[in-house]
Amino acid sequence: MTNERIDIQHLTHLARLSLTEDEKQVIGAQLDDILKYMDKLKELDVSNIEPTAHAVPLINVTRPDQVERSLPHQDALSNAPLQADGLFIVPRIIE
Amino acid sequence: MSSTTEYEAVIGLETHVQLRTRSKMWCGCANEFGAPPNTNVCPVCLGLPGVLPVANEEALRLTVLAGLLLNCEIPARARFDRKNYFYPDMPKNYQITQYDQPSAVRGWVDFEFEGAIQRVRITRAHLEEDVGKSMHFAQTSGVDFNRAGVPLLEIVSEPDITSADMAYAYLNALKDILVFGGISDCDMEKGMVRCDVNVSVRPRGTSQLGAKIEIKNMNSFSGVRRALEYEIQRQVSVLKSGGQLVQSTRRWDDQTGVTEEMRTKEYAHDYRYFPDPDLMAFVPSEQWVNDVRKCVVELPLARKQRFMRDYKLPAGDAQVFVDDVPLGDYFELVARHTPNPKGAANWVINNMRALMVQTGKALKDIRFKPEAIGELVALVDQGKISSKSAQEVFAEMFLTGESPSAIVDRKGLVQVSDTAAVEAFCDQAIAANPGPVADFKAGKAAALNFLKGQVMKLSRGRANPALVGEILEKKLKG
Repeated sequence: MTNERIDIQHLTHLARLSLTEDEKQVIGAQLDDILKYMDKLKELDVSNIEPTAHAVPLINVTRPDQVERSLPHQDALSNAPLQADGLFIVPRIIE
Repeated sequence: MSSTTEYEAVIGLETHVQLRTRSKMWCGCANEFGAPPNTNVCPVCLGLPGVLPVANEEALRLTVLAGLLLNCEIPARARFDRKNYFYPDMPKNYQITQYDQPSAVRGWVDFEFEGAIQRVRITRAHLEEDVGKSMHFAQTSGVDFNRAGVPLLEIVSEPDITSADMAYAYLNALKDILVFGGISDCDMEKGMVRCDVNVSVRPRGTSQLGAKIEIKNMNSFSGVRRALEYEIQRQVSVLKSGGQLVQSTRRWDDQTGVTEEMRTKEYAHDYRYFPDPDLMAFVPSEQWVNDVRKCVVELPLARKQRFMRDYKLPAGDAQVFVDDVPLGDYFELVARHTPNPKGAANWVINNMRALMVQTGKALKDIRFKPEAIGELVALVDQGKISSKSAQEVFAEMFLTGESPSAIVDRKGLVQVSDTAAVEAFCDQAIAANPGPVADFKAGKAAALNFLKGQVMKLSRGRANPALVGEILEKKLKG
């Protein structure tokens, strides 16, 4: 399915996902449905409703500038597929 | 150079500086350079699932303070967004930054360049987080996340810069302001300042902008200057040979001294910015902003201009008091007690500073009171002691803290301005040096200086030199 609003090829690239042609069809259609749902919401008259900046009505949530204990080094690296010299090792980054 | 004169460069800079905080932006890990890799890390800055970032108040404060130092407006509301991309140095797969609601907008920096004051406008200054540091090996890359989440201030200039040298001057002025204001240590060696450059060229006198080329990967100001010198020349060559420039990103290679094109980068809208739902907007109260405003210090250029204006100092002296703020503050204490601030500046810069270096003493160790320098200047200006004796007095007061007048009295250094006494010294010198006397009479003017020196010696430096010259000349010519 091709869609003017959803460029599924581009989106899979941005999300670093590898989808089969079938999956692209299905997910493309689902994303389009979501946009249609948004269109439906747009039909509502919200001119008298104040915009919601955030679901939680809080501002200025901060913490003081104090150093806290970090993770033990080996714990920090425990999920690394590869490690060497204290570094996370990844496939070589080529620009 | 002639090939570039028909063209002009249009340059804008994006400067990233690490803020001087104790802890990181969203977590309590230390903001510290040089720790062993991946030791200042926690679930928040490693981007582990389920964590909640909480903004460092000091980083928000320093960002607003930087905005005020850069003459920016402080919007009522700032917000954090997610900039989405994949790169191994960014474990969350997004960088938290301020996108359309930054903490500071529309300011400017004034600085000295080629004998005039230049102004570069600041588009915005926004707060974001630094990313990890990657190292590249033959087959793999290694990532250290100690730097990930360190508060980073990005200062975006308008394209008001017209040459590589001007970019260099702007960056130095910006650095001075940020160091002065305590915003950042701006230590280049520690990678605390990094720059991206946007540069295009166009025929001189035209107003349409050429294709914008972005240069990345510069971590020294001289690197920025060299990259710009190379890139401006390159762009002009392309245009002159009939070629076309397209918007692109290039990387500066400091080793080879050339820029090279990078792979086409994702366009801005591909970052899919959206408000970070984990973070609340920052809406500083008027009181809070005013408290920050109290920390706005006098900027380096303003200080230099004030010292030149109020104390009639030459630019060089004023610059010394900008570069060494405590010494300048000390000078101001001295300057209050003297009608001759330039004379006082000479003592502070040439004598006091030199002796402090020699003896390893700091300002707090100075034994005499600031007004003592004013007193010394007055003794010289009123002709009570010779400038030669003044040197001796200064050395003594530095050593003991005794007042200049007391030293002059104790050592009998009062200048001899009594004509009869000086005449006696002159007669003695003339009698003892027939050779130079003959030389002078034969037309060798320099011989007079020798005789003057002899008189000063006989008077143990106390004779008024002007009077000595006058009397000697009268005696020898008459």
